[in-house]
Amino acid sequence: MTRKAQSNSARLTRRAVTAGLGAAGFVAGVAPFNIARAAGGPLKVGVLLPRSGLQAGIGQDCWRGVDIAPGILKSLGLPELTVMSGDTESNVDTARARAEKLIGEGAQLLIGAFDSGQTTAIAQVAEQKGIPLVINIAGAPQITEQGYKFVFRNFPTGPMIVGDAFNNQKEVFAAAGHTPKTVVFLHINDTYGTAIAGAVEHVMPKFNMPYTIAEKIAYDPAARDLSVEVTKAKATNADALLVVSRLNDAMLLTRELVKQRWTPQAILSMGPGWYDDQYFKTLGKLANGPISFVPWYDPHKKLTPVLEAALAKSFAGVQLNTNHIFTFEALLVAADAYKRAGSTDPKALADAIRTTNITDNVSIGPGISFNAKGQNDKVKDGAIQNRGGKDVMLAPQSAANAKPEWPMTPYQNRG
Amino acid sequence: MPLEVYLNVAIGGVLTGLVYGLMALGLSVIFGVVRVVNFAHGEMMTVAMFLAVVLCTALHVDPLVLLVPIAAVLFVFGYALQRGLINVFITRPEHSQFLLLVALAIIITNTLLIIFGPDARTVETAYGFDSFQFGGIIVDAAKAYAGAAAILFAAALFVFFRFTLIGKAIRAGADNHTGALVVGLDVKRLYALTFGLGAACVGAAGTMMTLLVDATPLLGPSYTLLAFVIVITGGLGSMPGALIGGVLIGLTEALAGLLFTPSAKSMFAFAILVLVLLFRPQGILGKRLA
Repeated sequence: MTRKAQSNSARLTRRAVTAGLGAAGFVAGVAPFNIARAAGGPLKVGVLLPRSGLQAGIGQDCWRGVDIAPGILKSLGLPELTVMSGDTESNVDTARARAEKLIGEGAQLLIGAFDSGQTTAIAQVAEQKGIPLVINIAGAPQITEQGYKFVFRNFPTGPMIVGDAFNNQKEVFAAAGHTPKTVVFLHINDTYGTAIAGAVEHVMPKFNMPYTIAEKIAYDPAARDLSVEVTKAKATNADALLVVSRLNDAMLLTRELVKQRWTPQAILSMGPGWYDDQYFKTLGKLANGPISFVPWYDPHKKLTPVLEAALAKSFAGVQLNTNHIFTFEALLVAADAYKRAGSTDPKALADAIRTTNITDNVSIGPGISFNAKGQNDKVKDGAIQNRGGKDVMLAPQSAANAKPEWPMTPYQNRG
Repeated sequence: MPLEVYLNVAIGGVLTGLVYGLMALGLSVIFGVVRVVNFAHGEMMTVAMFLAVVLCTALHVDPLVLLVPIAAVLFVFGYALQRGLINVFITRPEHSQFLLLVALAIIITNTLLIIFGPDARTVETAYGFDSFQFGGIIVDAAKAYAGAAAILFAAALFVFFRFTLIGKAIRAGADNHTGALVVGLDVKRLYALTFGLGAACVGAAGTMMTLLVDATPLLGPSYTLLAFVIVITGGLGSMPGALIGGVLIGLTEALAGLLFTPSAKSMFAFAILVLVLLFRPQGILGKRLA
């Protein structure tokens, strides 16, 4: 009897197979309900940043915007987010691989990635997989010109940055009572630098700028020595330096300016690097003077002091800057969309992001909303100057809190 | 552009080229004697650079003070590498040697990545922002010190090979391997000494390079390639050729950046290599093979 029972239990019958298939079908059928159940928990947000490699300094600075976000989002009544970190290692291929890995690990929305080249690669992955990407920082215009349905950018494009920069430069020149007659244009030759250089060429004639560009000098952002570039720039005898750079090369350029004993009337930057915390820390008094024309915070918005206080609490001595502002705002967009969508379904999230209308934000401009291409076309730039180890706001006039210091104090007289 | 602009750039290029030359000298010495092409050359230099960064930061000393100690450490490393590993491959086909050294290069790079991460590291010196001015000519102090140290180190190496008994024995072994064995020279030991000396050159060059560029683990392959360009241009196996090649490449990169576009500097260095390979395949000071 016992032996028979054992024999029966081991035998694979047609009825058992049918029952097994039925069970498998049931499990497969209820799988979507598992996903639906997950929608009740925090949204899984993959944040991709260059936290090591050439752009590590800026990537880590951006991450501070992630670190300070949870408390502020909670105070705004927004849902909790689970942040998953992805280090792009300042490399386009790694950025693509990390994006795929994060999605594979369950990320329901991506944020990143500071660099236009890396962001372009991530955008392709996000679009293929149908996962929304909210770009924190990346200015290359083509990213939102591809007809992507899952890519959104709360950051100005190259032409927007350049157009705003020209307007703000005119304000700064008027306030300073000095106008450079010539500038020498030094720019990196990566995706962002080339996009800005192209935009300068196309946009400048429309703005009737008071200066001419004596020479354009492109260089590799990974260059280890910029002495030739600075010698060439100095030889033009231009009044001011117009630059598009990153952090490492901004520091290299400054070192070379000091060594080659050339202090132009002004350094006018249209990119990152010159206002970064690490730039101040590394160069001390030599960091003072450059004027950056970049997307910035509006000191009059009510969320700005909240963000400043959170940053001061978590990172004493670190000033609020573009990196923190736009990384935080990307998380703000994600949390706001998740709240309105009420679901982690990527399509529902993308639809919710498309109808974003946040007016209680930090950056300059009326707020955060996206056009049909997924671009916030209302975000504005400011003009800031490094002064006494801090950034002061020179333009637009509505947000200014200081007059420009012009010309720069010669490097050799800074003690 | 005024003449002084060209002179400023040319001087900077020559000084950087001297450090390049010392690095390539190590490669040339090793190939000239041991007849092994060191495909881990640039990676060995990054090891020296990180040693310099770590020791300078920990001990608060100038990289130039550490020049000889780091060269000594790399000498021991090179000696042990030759005795323990490369010697086994001396009689094996060239592709085996190639694979061994490429594998070594990959191991070094990844070990550095594991220990230090991919970020750039720099050495702060008291003269980091200094320059010397002679009328319109401005010379970067760090480059001047690095260039001078490279000349001194290379001169010491020339003296060693020319006037010491061991140096003469190494040259004898390089000229006639069988003859050296017949007269009772310990050729294996001489090979190890030579590899150690080549590694010491790289150690010295790497230490000086920290004055000019930030150290990152991924620098190795580009410097290996640069060393090959220099050595082939100067003449494979020729010590003065390596220095001349280094200066020529440094000068070419600098002037190309000034006269054309800085982002295409490296292109001109490779153009020089192509010209040399076309019109003087043995290199500027190399001997034509029979």
